Amino acid sequence: MKSKGKFRNSMFGQVVYRLSRNRMAMFALAILLIEVILAIIAPLIIPYDIAAINVKERYQEPSAQHLFGTDKMGRDLFSRLLYGGRYSLLIGFLSTLFGTLLGMLLGAVAGYFGGRADNLIMRGLDIFQAIPGMLLMIVLAAVLGTGVEVTIIALTIGCAAGNARLFRASILNIRSMEYIEASQSINCSPAKIILSHIVPNAMSPMIVSFTMGMAINIVVCAALSFIGLGVQPPTPEWGALLSDSRADMRMHPYLVIFPGLAIMITVFALNMFGDGLRDAMDPKLKN
Amino acid sequence: MARYILRRLFWMIPIILGVSLLVFTLMYFCPGDPARIILGQGATQAEIESLRETMGLNKGFFPRLGEFLVNTFIRFDLGSSYISKAPIVTEIAARLPQTLIIATLFMLTGVIVGVPLGIAAAVKQDSIVDRICMVIAMLGASVPNFWLALLLVLLFAVNLGWLPAMGMGGIEYYILPTLAGAMGCIAVQARQSRSSMLEVIRSDYVTTARSKGVSMRNIIFKHELPNALIPVITCAGNDFGNSLGGALIIEQIFAITGMGQYMVQAVFNRDYPVIQASAIFLAIAFSLIMLVIDLLYAFVDPRIKAQYEGKPLFKRSGKKVTA
Repeated sequence: MKSKGKFRNSMFGQVVYRLSRNRMAMFALAILLIEVILAIIAPLIIPYDIAAINVKERYQEPSAQHLFGTDKMGRDLFSRLLYGGRYSLLIGFLSTLFGTLLGMLLGAVAGYFGGRADNLIMRGLDIFQAIPGMLLMIVLAAVLGTGVEVTIIALTIGCAAGNARLFRASILNIRSMEYIEASQSINCSPAKIILSHIVPNAMSPMIVSFTMGMAINIVVCAALSFIGLGVQPPTPEWGALLSDSRADMRMHPYLVIFPGLAIMITVFALNMFGDGLRDAMDPKLKN
Repeated sequence: MARYILRRLFWMIPIILGVSLLVFTLMYFCPGDPARIILGQGATQAEIESLRETMGLNKGFFPRLGEFLVNTFIRFDLGSSYISKAPIVTEIAARLPQTLIIATLFMLTGVIVGVPLGIAAAVKQDSIVDRICMVIAMLGASVPNFWLALLLVLLFAVNLGWLPAMGMGGIEYYILPTLAGAMGCIAVQARQSRSSMLEVIRSDYVTTARSKGVSMRNIIFKHELPNALIPVITCAGNDFGNSLGGALIIEQIFAITGMGQYMVQAVFNRDYPVIQASAIFLAIAFSLIMLVIDLLYAFVDPRIKAQYEGKPLFKRSGKKVTA
């Protein structure tokens, strides 16, 4: 197996190899892939219209017709849950992506240039981080209002500071390496050094933090929607589904059990995968 | 040490001013006219105009900011609520104890349950005990606390009828909120104490102690635990700080009249002075807690204390020459 051996020699190949040996991480990845695929093809496979109100069929217990039962307006929970995955996963993914990119930009500038830029950025981040996370979300929700786009913006701002700090630390570590000094000595521009030497080497903590951060953002988004901020019903985002059915919980517990399970399974898989990824990227850090 | 504390306290000033500026600016650009919110829908334009005048809403951004900062930090007057007209300081004073109790319960439960789990897992690494502890920790970290709260209410209050579903009163009212809210803290503590314990187990002084024939019990309790538990303090402090603002959903579900519930209510009522004042108040509390954690750190770890006091641990002779 010569080709396989060669593949294992590259850094990326090694990470993939180690990751593929981690059964829990692979299991988590399978769950995530299934969820993403289901979310993408949801409009094609859902058995009922997510918005169709059918009062005759309201509060149906889970059955063969309605896998997860129906809610107070007779809407099919299974369909809404599948479709809602589009919102929950997309909000979680985009907000974490933007938050990571914004954090990386700030962290790169602070870490690479140091001095005054570093001071300015870090003190700014101090201010954001002096407000406990959920509180910052509430304040932002008060200003920005509710809705999918707005929630993405709030979550992005919420997770940028932590990412900036992480990336800055990672950059400071790499900046003192000899190969950076070497590229400076041959007159590489800062942008070139940051993009082609520092960023690739500083990426691995960011990738791990991305998976874990996405887990956090999905929960925070659901939490915001649950208390009535964030995404509003009738949008079937998972937290909004919970908030929508909270009043019916006592008589019809399945209405809150299934959306919560969906959130928990997703978050569990993301955390598991993130753990596996961290171990695979840096075996020294294991345990 | 005193110098270090003073320096840290001094550094808090710009941070708190920054937070105030940030929150004030955000609130300034909030949609909606406060005068209209106070007077309600039925008010005439003239009434609104005169109220705007008396409240100073017609002034520009900077005069209002100045007024706000002077009121908050010099007169210690946080203003009063648009809706209830009650002074915010007294409202916060009435609600803060509830939130402090909840946050303390979360933190303590996290330490009491999480740390033994983590130590058991580390001591028996890769055994079935380890696996079970870590799966519990992973599940605890993944379950949304508000959903767990709903499930607990369903099980213990609705179906079994053992505990009250919401409200405040004796100890029984705190059991379900604590169970739901502390799950995340337990998970974090278990993972943290496992990994720091594993690190300590492999360190040289533990190997030395073993080679001298010290009993396993003594190694764990005298050599490993004191060193492994330092990060537990950070985690506990973080849990406490985050619970100050983060327990708000638990407060909502269980109808506990704490700070979080107060703020969420204020967001729905567009009661901006309340949001503004509570956010700044909690940020100050949060920063103070972070300072206390750092000091506790120095208290338990002489190495860190030495760092704070600015004395080098050992004199490194060759260092100055190279630098």
